[in-house]
Amino acid sequence: MTPHPETWLTPRPEGLWCAPGGFHIDPTRPVGRALITHGHGDHARSGHDAALATPGTIAIMRARYGQDAAGSLQPQGYGAPIRVGEVDVTFVPAGHVLGSAQVRLAYRGSVAVVSGDYKRRPDPTCAPFEPVPCDVFVTEATFGLPVFRHPPDGEEVGKLLHSLEVFPERSHVVGVYALGKCQRVIALLRRAGYDRPIYLHGALQELCDLYVRLGVDLGDLRPATVADKAALKGQVVLAPPSAIADRWARRLEDPVVALASGWMRVRQRAKQRGVELPLVISDHADWDELTRTLADVDAPEVWVTHGREEALIRAATLQGRRARALSLVGFDEEEGE
Amino acid sequence: MKPFARLLDALIFTPARNGKLALIEDYLRHAPDPDRGYAIAALTGDLSFARAKPALIRGLVEERVDAELFRWSYDYVGDLAETVALIWPEADSRADAPHLSAVVERLHRAGRSEVPALLAGWLDALDSTGRWALLKLITGGLRVGVSAGLVRTALAGFGKVEAAAIEEVWHGLAPPYRDLFAWLEGRAPMPAVTAGTGFRPMMLAHPLDEADLATLDPRAFRAEWKWDGARVQLAASGGAIRLYSRTGDDIGPAFPDLVAALAEAGPLHAVADGELLVARTDRDDLAPAPFAELQQRLNRKSVTAKMASERPAFLRLYDLLFEGAEDLRGLAFGVRRTRLESWIARDPRPRIDLSPLVAFDTWEELAALRAKAREDGIEGLMLKRADSPYVAGRPRGPWFKWKRGPLTVDAVLMYAQRGHGKRSSFYSDYTFGCWRPRTDGEGRELVPVGKAYFGFTDAELVELDRWVRNHTVNRFGPVREVEAGLVLEVACDSVQRSTRHKSGVAMRFPRVSRIRWDKPVEEADEVATLERAIPA
Ligand SMILES: [Zn+2]
Ligand SMILES: [Zn+2]
Repeated sequence: MTPHPETWLTPRPEGLWCAPGGFHIDPTRPVGRALITHGHGDHARSGHDAALATPGTIAIMRARYGQDAAGSLQPQGYGAPIRVGEVDVTFVPAGHVLGSAQVRLAYRGSVAVVSGDYKRRPDPTCAPFEPVPCDVFVTEATFGLPVFRHPPDGEEVGKLLHSLEVFPERSHVVGVYALGKCQRVIALLRRAGYDRPIYLHGALQELCDLYVRLGVDLGDLRPATVADKAALKGQVVLAPPSAIADRWARRLEDPVVALASGWMRVRQRAKQRGVELPLVISDHADWDELTRTLADVDAPEVWVTHGREEALIRAATLQGRRARALSLVGFDEEEGE
Repeated sequence: MKPFARLLDALIFTPARNGKLALIEDYLRHAPDPDRGYAIAALTGDLSFARAKPALIRGLVEERVDAELFRWSYDYVGDLAETVALIWPEADSRADAPHLSAVVERLHRAGRSEVPALLAGWLDALDSTGRWALLKLITGGLRVGVSAGLVRTALAGFGKVEAAAIEEVWHGLAPPYRDLFAWLEGRAPMPAVTAGTGFRPMMLAHPLDEADLATLDPRAFRAEWKWDGARVQLAASGGAIRLYSRTGDDIGPAFPDLVAALAEAGPLHAVADGELLVARTDRDDLAPAPFAELQQRLNRKSVTAKMASERPAFLRLYDLLFEGAEDLRGLAFGVRRTRLESWIARDPRPRIDLSPLVAFDTWEELAALRAKAREDGIEGLMLKRADSPYVAGRPRGPWFKWKRGPLTVDAVLMYAQRGHGKRSSFYSDYTFGCWRPRTDGEGRELVPVGKAYFGFTDAELVELDRWVRNHTVNRFGPVREVEAGLVLEVACDSVQRSTRHKSGVAMRFPRVSRIRWDKPVEEADEVATLERAIPA
């Protein structure tokens, strides 16, 4: 008889544990062997003895953590199964950020897929999500409420371009998360025909360089030197979300403060962040994508984690699936958004 | 609708006054007539049509979205219009989005029963920003941080005329202001100034910071009692009589007894500012009944004869804006006051009286009078500079409201509920109770006496939230029942009898004034203490 995934895949304080494989997935504390879905800080921690991840994720971990990333880092490309302990492991594109993967786990004829973070809409900077049939689908639920419906990316980038027209004298400081969002916003601007230089806060430089080395074209990027305010007038300046409200951004002349995040969908939240131009651009699936993915994957059972579980459990139940919350600790809802 | 929705959305996020002015002027340059006129009226609160109640909107959305999912979403977002705008299912193919003018004109003609279908059709045709703007419009609360004064400044900027010129013609005009735009675009002469029964935006007061009294000269101010009723503007011209609420809604139809009594005494031609109150029926003079009596009437759109005779309404006036066709608003308050007194003396009407001035020489003397005032209907004092003209909005300096000190009780925290919006991750809504003897004679029990959402700092909220989570004994959805272990000092404006609460009492405007981490729950107040505070 094939064992139900709940007998071999279990939540532990340090993360999701697969006993027959002898590994954790995205553990929040250093462990012996870890599978890493993608490079965001709340998924890829440093200090594991051994880590298995896609080549893209490994490059990101090396860039972020240097030599301390892990005792050993083993790259494994998309689509090719590898046996770990008694479990066959396959990385499948998740469409979240460069290198991001879902993990397909097969053990004695029973299959579970751990989505990690994912989205369904096209992203010029990473491979698109692929639905994989399974017995249990473990899904994220960052935007697990029906109010979260991200508008088309083009419309949101259009808002930024329109604002540049209306306020040609003002610097437009856009808060973006350093990994993924930053490069995606640049790529979307380029797609929309914006070919002027884009200025980067120092904290964003390294990962942009990495994306370029890995073959993602980002156009003319320049360091944003706040000292030279005049050069930044009417330009797009990208900065980490933490920098847009602090002294760094205030040293610019009368900046328009924008923030690219799925949370910007709710006005109160945008206002709370002091944002003048909210851009609803997210690297996570919105509500429609989440519920569509449950239907596409069509697993009889769904475990929900990493966000607002209750509503997505309700939606899965209304689709006729068994669903429950998987309580994992240590994930940060702002991380990666 | 789309340009209007974009404008509202941008206004919400633009903090700077100049930015807001630029956005409005830009809109006026691009939007056609009559859309832009209706947009202006929406911003200044001068539109009137059949409004939709929150319950109607909830009903529409729950036909389309799972009720549970809607409830969680509303809990998170905290604002009904926004929740519905975001959650409304996107139609596969959209009908053409309606123009703002089409929406306003259709609603103006619509009967109440037509509103749901109209609204649903428009929601299907709009995108989420459009839906949000429509819902804000139809529920009558735009709240985009734009005053009527700012809108008029933008109009002045748009037409390159003086702001005072806009002020002058404004009150004679009605939406969609075609003559105004014709003038501002140089296509027609300046519109004539007229009086009438239109709503004149009210002048509002700032709360008094007692520390500021030292800087204010008592001789420059006049004091009046602040009545615990509803602020209204009486606008009468010939046979027509309107009673406008602060937001410019005509609430006259809900008070036919009052309107009829005013009309019976002959033609009335004036605009006056005053308080709508319910008179006590056990007295021959006009003496205000507790606010709860008025609340009974404000809650309904029409009134039964029984209701009107048990709770007769009257007006207590404190300002005169127009006498006949003469606009008094530019005159000093002291002068307007004299005109009001002589006007009432000359043409007395049943159900109208004069709000008296409170004489005083020093702030100390006035403070003592305020502290003593505990009778029905008095909420505190109003201070008005004798030399202040009547201007729309809430100018800083000329008018202050000085509410009387609150009542406080020590109550025990019983239930906590998750808040809305930015507080949705905290247990921030607290139900508290007081002691009363058990009916079986065995000791005492706690019964809820009220609910408070504010009064604490963000840091205190974090502590309260932690306390709630650590002392939960039961959960009901978003509500947690906690053990009887924490005393809250709760302040309120007054206490009333209530049939809705098990305790038989209800507090008006309760708020947490202190968290008594130190106080044993046994020492919290009894319900009897609250009952003693109910006005006889
Ligand atoms: Zn994540
Ligand atoms: Zn992530």
